Amino acid sequence: MNPELTEEQELLKATSRMFLEDSLSLDALRHRPVNDAALRRDFWSRAAGLGWTSMFVPDDLNDALSDQPVRDLAIVAEEAGRCLESGGLLECNVVAYALVNAGGRELKGRLLPGLCDGSITASWAFAEGIDGWWKSDVQTRATVQGDVYVLNGRKSTVVNAMSADYFLITALVGDELAQFILPRDAEGVTITKLEALDLSRDFGDLSLHNVHVARSFRVGAPGESTDRAVDRQWLLAITLQCAQMAGMLERVFNLTIDYAQDRYAFGRPIASYQALKHRLADHKVWVEAALGLSTGLTEAFADGTSNLQELACVAKAHVGDRSVEVISDCAQIFGGISMTWEHDLHLFLRRATVDRVLYGSPIQLRERICELVGLR
Amino acid sequence: MTGATVEHTGVEDLESFRARARTWAIENLPVAVDNAQSRADTEDHIKQVAKARATQRLVFDGGFAGLRYPKEYGGQGLARDHQLAWREATSDRDIGCLSHFRVTHGIMGPTLLEFGSEEQRQRHIPAMLCGDELWVQFLSESSAGSDLASLLTRAQRSSDVYVLNGSKIWSTFAQVSDYALVLARTNLDVPKHSGLSMFILPIRTEGVTLRTIQLATGSAEFCEEFFDDVQIPVTDIVGQENDGWNVVMRLFFHERNTVGGNSLNDQDAAGVGESALSTEEQLISLARSVGNFKDTHTRQLIGEALVLDRLADYTILRVNTLMKSGAMPESGASILKLMRSMSKYRFKEIALEVGGTQVMFGGPEDEIGGHGHRWLVARVGTIAGGSNEMQRNAISERVLGLPRDSSPDTLIPFRDVLAQRKR
Repeated sequence: MNPELTEEQELLKATSRMFLEDSLSLDALRHRPVNDAALRRDFWSRAAGLGWTSMFVPDDLNDALSDQPVRDLAIVAEEAGRCLESGGLLECNVVAYALVNAGGRELKGRLLPGLCDGSITASWAFAEGIDGWWKSDVQTRATVQGDVYVLNGRKSTVVNAMSADYFLITALVGDELAQFILPRDAEGVTITKLEALDLSRDFGDLSLHNVHVARSFRVGAPGESTDRAVDRQWLLAITLQCAQMAGMLERVFNLTIDYAQDRYAFGRPIASYQALKHRLADHKVWVEAALGLSTGLTEAFADGTSNLQELACVAKAHVGDRSVEVISDCAQIFGGISMTWEHDLHLFLRRATVDRVLYGSPIQLRERICELVGLR
Repeated sequence: MTGATVEHTGVEDLESFRARARTWAIENLPVAVDNAQSRADTEDHIKQVAKARATQRLVFDGGFAGLRYPKEYGGQGLARDHQLAWREATSDRDIGCLSHFRVTHGIMGPTLLEFGSEEQRQRHIPAMLCGDELWVQFLSESSAGSDLASLLTRAQRSSDVYVLNGSKIWSTFAQVSDYALVLARTNLDVPKHSGLSMFILPIRTEGVTLRTIQLATGSAEFCEEFFDDVQIPVTDIVGQENDGWNVVMRLFFHERNTVGGNSLNDQDAAGVGESALSTEEQLISLARSVGNFKDTHTRQLIGEALVLDRLADYTILRVNTLMKSGAMPESGASILKLMRSMSKYRFKEIALEVGGTQVMFGGPEDEIGGHGHRWLVARVGTIAGGSNEMQRNAISERVLGLPRDSSPDTLIPFRDVLAQRKR
């Protein structure tokens, strides 16, 4: 486990940051909340051009292979989190990862080149019901009918549901989990837009009514267990999410430190008051812990260590709760200005508040930790 | 860093060390039993210290003492990874008693390595590593805790000795220790930080009176000492005269590293010596004993404790890496100290909550009731070794670079500071 970056990784971090700061402005986000499809396409094709969606994809399909995909991707994710990236870095990579590991040749040929060059975006439709982020919550069914699968069910809280071209649907075939790729315009798919707190991404619920899916669009061979693949996808999602959130948290914290030193009250910077200094010191502890956990989780995912499940729960529980807690207190330190539309703070608070529960809330994860240590 | 950390190239390969340590541990160390520290100042406790000295001697003779100490002072000249491998190799062995050497090996040894004369190092470091010498710090006074530099104990030069008068408090297990590093004022006519010096003091010296302090729980691991014309040879000064503040700042750095799990003490694995059981095992066993482990609120609290417990290693690794590369100043160690202090305090709060009414009853040794007694002194961890408030000052001022609080007494001679004090 080594949190030090190599020279190549430092370069990747620096170029990612430069690209993000050049291409994404928080102000644009505020004034054109997420809906400018052309703008997002343009951003995403340039992001994909940097290899952001190619890291898991092997050489014969694309030459932008990374030999340390999750480590490199976590570096990009941390930077993307700082800038409230909206292209679906996490979701596109989860789908690419699933396809690379279990997709058939035809399906891969159809989607991977587009995912890699940014002309195709995709998202993972996993959750069902309210806060149903676990495999046991999956009730969407796929039945065989002639030479197609027929899907029926509902998927909730799908990230970028309004903009993604394809969805990776996790469903049940009999009692077994199975996954399918579904184009957004397939007949029987109804997408309902959610009015989301987060302005940086769009969200929707999917309703699937007798949707026909070709057999070749199943990800994973029939009879093969998809259980472990879904676990790995979830772990990858949590790993990238923690990196994004930790990057965002660090940025908001640093902005607050700068502000507290510039802002004067009663003849001195407000950062000179012990009441604030001590709070900022406490926050610093949890910000460093968030970044440390994110690195540790990335390493655990890359190495496949035995504590990966538990660490993912620990990291997300910490990063989820502390991000919201710290960013909220940063709002207190910024004062009234942070409550305004024009100030950036609410943009971060919106994203953190949504990410806190997306893919599993701290409350759910603490319960899971208890189960993992055998408390039942 | 000075010569305190020796990480030679060409040291023993980690895997061969790991195998050697494991073989040796199985052949020489008994399997761990319940070795929760006995209450201080009892017959049992004296036995524990004797056991610690004997075990340390065994480890020393086996060639595993002072893994990161230089070879010329009896250490092994290895690296941090070897320490981690050693902890792993001995994790199921009965060496919890070695926590008695935590201060000696983690704080005092490194300080002496840095500031001691060659003669002092040769005389004491090997003796520390082989279990002969237990050391404590004589720093705090009843009127000088967080503001240590305002201490009153005097050391006045008189030909070839310093004469020590005053008192110290909060020295841990001084009653069973051999030596202390004592900080005393050698010059009253300069500002408070500039007139201090550090000395080596054998605890059982004429003129030293030692008294144990009974804590709220009745246990007595802390002591206070009174000095009446104690004579210290001039050769026992550590570092330069009046440079004691510099020495003690480095001592505190080593202390924070010890708490943060990155010192030269080989037994610094989180939680060693606190109890034979991990936080996880303690809380889970408490919830099972009390019978509320299916309660969702209880499970949330246990989950919270486990998150705090698990995040420590990753935070330590990150902060240490940043400090090592220079991306974060050494005061970053305060982040680790504050993290552990806050977490450990929270564990005790959670135990109280999980245990409910049953925690209120039973003696200190009681499996459930013991949590109640530990709660009474839960604040020791957030006060001792630099209070949480002092750590927050250090983090905000030295790590985050926020403006320092002004103090009215730092630039004037300490004699004048005393004269200005209200009675």
